[in-house]
Amino acid sequence: MRTRMLSGNEAVALGAWEAGVVVGCGYPGTPSTEILEALATQPEVYTEWSVNEKVALEVGVGACLAGGRTLVTMKHVGVNVAADPLFTASYLGVRAGLVVITADDPSMHSSQNEQDNRNYAIAAKVPMLEPSDSQEAREFTRLAFELSEEYDTPIFLRMTTRLSHSKSLVTPYGDGGPERVEGPIERGFISDPGKYVMIPGHARARRHAVEARMLALAEAAATLPVNRIEWPHGFQPGSGARAPIGIVTSGIPYAYVKEVAPDAAVLKLGLVHPLSRTLVESFAAEVETLYVVEELDPVIETQLKAWGITCIGKDAFPSIGEFTPAIVAAGLGIEVEPLAEPSDFEVLPRRPGLCPGCPHDHVFKELRRKGMLVSGDIGCYSLGVLPPYSAMDTLLDMGASLTMAQGMDIVVPAEQRGKIAAVIGDSTFAHSGITGLLNAAWNKRDGLYIVLDNGTTAMTGMQPNPMSGERMGREDSFSVDYELLARSFGIPADNVGMVDAYDTVGISAAIDALAQRSGVRLLVVLGLCLIEGQKLKRVSKLDGKKAVRQELIYLHPVEGTK
Amino acid sequence: MSEVFNVLMVGVGGQGIVLASDILAEAAAAAGLDVKKSEIHGMSRRGGPVFSHVRFGEKVFSPVIDEGTADVVLAMEPMELVRWASWARPGADACYLAEPVFPVGVAAYPEGLEVEIDRLFGRVVRVELGEIRRTVPLKVRNTALLGAASAFFPLEPQHLRGALEALSPKGSFEVNQAAFDIGRDLAERQLSEVANVE
Repeated sequence: MRTRMLSGNEAVALGAWEAGVVVGCGYPGTPSTEILEALATQPEVYTEWSVNEKVALEVGVGACLAGGRTLVTMKHVGVNVAADPLFTASYLGVRAGLVVITADDPSMHSSQNEQDNRNYAIAAKVPMLEPSDSQEAREFTRLAFELSEEYDTPIFLRMTTRLSHSKSLVTPYGDGGPERVEGPIERGFISDPGKYVMIPGHARARRHAVEARMLALAEAAATLPVNRIEWPHGFQPGSGARAPIGIVTSGIPYAYVKEVAPDAAVLKLGLVHPLSRTLVESFAAEVETLYVVEELDPVIETQLKAWGITCIGKDAFPSIGEFTPAIVAAGLGIEVEPLAEPSDFEVLPRRPGLCPGCPHDHVFKELRRKGMLVSGDIGCYSLGVLPPYSAMDTLLDMGASLTMAQGMDIVVPAEQRGKIAAVIGDSTFAHSGITGLLNAAWNKRDGLYIVLDNGTTAMTGMQPNPMSGERMGREDSFSVDYELLARSFGIPADNVGMVDAYDTVGISAAIDALAQRSGVRLLVVLGLCLIEGQKLKRVSKLDGKKAVRQELIYLHPVEGTK
Repeated sequence: MSEVFNVLMVGVGGQGIVLASDILAEAAAAAGLDVKKSEIHGMSRRGGPVFSHVRFGEKVFSPVIDEGTADVVLAMEPMELVRWASWARPGADACYLAEPVFPVGVAAYPEGLEVEIDRLFGRVVRVELGEIRRTVPLKVRNTALLGAASAFFPLEPQHLRGALEALSPKGSFEVNQAAFDIGRDLAERQLSEVANVE
């Protein structure tokens, strides 16, 4: 049986597959990860986990210029990493469709900030679609490829955590299951330097093309079926009578609006950038009071107000955190039943933490015991900040552990020097830690950098990475040799070591031994993630992987510890 | 909206909440109803509380249950049931596994947890782990609890059975079916005892 209950993420993958997507690439990040994992099960599609989001988008731009419909996935903060190619990809345009998924995380369930990536659509002059349920996620993905080709632009599809991770029914498949179409673009790269080589002279010309396409799309947005008006039952637009309440909304907040105000007039925007002024003005003219119901930033509201359209937005609705039906009801002034008295029973907190038995538990304990200042990084290891470890002092973004430690080391007084350690996971190290290591070596910095290598990208659900020996789909690949990498960066062999994560005495001795040395020091603590271990066992790869990692420790012990 | 039936499932990571809620959602879909469900993955799962919202009815818009509106709460752990109690509507039914999974650093729960559960909810089905374990492995305790909670669902058993068959991991349908039936029998026995006393 093929289920029709799909998560938003699975539905995006289905929509992309149906649209004949040829390439899917991205970097794992909650809540976006499951899109590529679902797409990777389809043999017609080349999929990869790229080293980071910037790389993924560049691979994607190349693939679409070569004539293959391409899907690039990332979480909201991943778009920051990919922002450099994004802003100029907007000028290049596409050949085959290029759809970029940004999965935003209102309420920061698994993220370090709450940025609203609709702002990127405006800033990069890239259109953006936003679905409200799984069926729309599927349809909008197909539509995104078509719009991308029609308007010669990369296009965003914005998901949010609630949409990505909720499931709803998609429309029935045909008898043979879902159907895949071929994109209309013929494969092959066609040289066109004026369009694809962004030197200033070409960019100035393309700047006008970008403007023209966004204006054309804004005009088309007035009649695009994904922007639709739902009038209250029996209401006749143009009759002179006004509907008492009109609501402009999109995405998951639309579902909450329909839940709490089924009789309101609704302008549901599927295309959230660019907006159609004509459409919004004609809607506003039919209603008494106009509300804008949008999570996070007042993006639609600001545009409406700039057009001189009176509306109620962030005066009534929060700009922080996810909405719920109750929050939307409160903002609209709809009465809801008061909640019962809460229980005064003492409910004990249950905090997230490293899994029981996590191999990297010892390192954090040692770092705390030694009174080190810990410059931390993204991933499971960010949990080192919580009790019982309380062993993390900073966390900024992917890869910042090494580089922030360098900045601190330049400025701190003598007594704090030598007390700073950077801690980073293997996937994060490959994503953007290696450039930081190079920066330290090149600039002749002092620092102790510790890679906690658990053999996988664990926090997002076990994806392979360049340090793990596998690529997408558990296909064997090579893994970066830490020792050779350090050597090529000019880091002396004595300053590089590997230690077993379960060797508590060895970890302590290695940190002490490396603390005595000067220059850049790299310590790799190898301990396979327990969940990954179970998965490897199921595919008979566990013993092989363990043997390779044991060998690394044997070959590269820290000098002076044994 | 009252015609939508809200089931909140809660527990801690690794107890099979997600699969149990998938089975319920599939069953509702098989019954010809509209369904939505919602849960959160990622960092919040690492040892923290896990929850899944399932909503079904003629037409469902929101994938999330508002506080104070769950018709049934299924809990794989007693403290988690109390943690989420404010999501239940007044007089909501509850079904829970009476097997504590203590948070790190906790050796015992405060007195009166089960009394509080009985006070907070309408009908309560309490499942002892031993009652499941006698017949089926620990692993399928999620489907046993689903079976117990199913006594409260406005769904035909055949739809739940069909969903169980469709979504059980390969080769595990029989054992999941057995677990489901154990849970359902337990619930029916407990509920009829309550009815007799009353």
